[in-house]
Amino acid sequence: MFERLDFELAPGGALVLTGPNGSGKSSLLRLMAGLTPPHLGALSWDGMAVAEDPAAHRARLHLVGHQDALKPVLTVAETLGFSAALRETSPDHVPTALRRFHLAELAELPCRVLSAGQRRRLALARILASPAPLWLLDEPTTGLDDASMVDLLAAIADHRARGGMLAIATHLPLPLPAAGTLSLGDFAPRRSPS
Amino acid sequence: MTAFRALVMRDLRLALRQGSDAALVVAFFVLAVVLFPFGVGPEPQLLARIAAGIVWVTALLAALLSLDRLFEQDYEDGSLEVIALAPLPLEAAILAKCLAHWLTTGLPLVVVAPALAGLMQLEAPGYLPLVVAMALGTPSLSLVGAVGAALSLGARRAGVLLSLLVLPLYIPVLIFGVAAVEQAVAGFATRPYLLILTAFVLAALPLAPWAAAAALRPALE
Repeated sequence: MFERLDFELAPGGALVLTGPNGSGKSSLLRLMAGLTPPHLGALSWDGMAVAEDPAAHRARLHLVGHQDALKPVLTVAETLGFSAALRETSPDHVPTALRRFHLAELAELPCRVLSAGQRRRLALARILASPAPLWLLDEPTTGLDDASMVDLLAAIADHRARGGMLAIATHLPLPLPAAGTLSLGDFAPRRSPS
Repeated sequence: MTAFRALVMRDLRLALRQGSDAALVVAFFVLAVVLFPFGVGPEPQLLARIAAGIVWVTALLAALLSLDRLFEQDYEDGSLEVIALAPLPLEAAILAKCLAHWLTTGLPLVVVAPALAGLMQLEAPGYLPLVVAMALGTPSLSLVGAVGAALSLGARRAGVLLSLLVLPLYIPVLIFGVAAVEQAVAGFATRPYLLILTAFVLAALPLAPWAAAAALRPALE
């Protein structure tokens, strides 16, 4: 998928992954999440290989993928409550998460009645419902309206101000101050002529 | 422990609100057993002779019916990925899902079994061993089934593949479950058979989640 790829993220840092379709943006995020083991190379956190303690690594990250992972029969509040309990963090962050993404008035509705944009907002609210220092966002802006974009960018700015880290795959030029960019098209393996 | 409980509660809540899966399993169990008197004739001696076997075989098939849903829905909507990325080990998450699966399908089968055994004219000494044997045997069905469900995840015609994978593994539970009831009816001790069923479930408790997690990880890559 890619080779000779080397990068690091400092506290408060952001990394924007760009590149054409199929260049491996999602694969790199999944690799950073520990879902896919790297074929070659290593992933480290504070100088310690992630593979040594996968559970600790999972505790410090959120991955928001293409799928919203919502259950039609659970309510919005239950979805976030489950997410917090699953990650063993206190449920106190759930009301904040609902408010930040303007879902408070939908809290008691089952997910099946939500629109695509509302589902996306709920999937993003999940990362606020249980705090974690590393956010891996895969095309998070799909289906979001302008107001929700502002909510997302505000949440990202707060997260980074607190020393949180972010890796985001996106096609939209997002206003992320001091963000590094990784254009994955440049790291495509050179195919030997055959 | 919070995460384990949250996962069990979520699966129970999903099962109760969707309702259909658990109810289908019990309905299949009842209907399939009721078919036998029509098929083999209503003579009480004949039915009593085959009662234990019929109830057990039908229970195995009913348990099988719900297995393909164990991971499939979570896999398709992305929830399985969220669960796999939680700090909770995947093995523990699978154990939680098996527990919820047993509570919503295995336990109702145990509760309905005596009534169906009555329909099949099972003799009086057989009832208690039947219930105990099923209570000990059905958790093994959920646990072993989880391995099959994990292996067949994402495959085409997963349900058929799952049956082929899992049914042979159910045979020991079937043999000792039926033997416990028949020995009781014949006036012999049932304890050895129940102990063997206990041994099965104790072996499956650590081994099945471990094997299922190993089968799920490649599907999540």
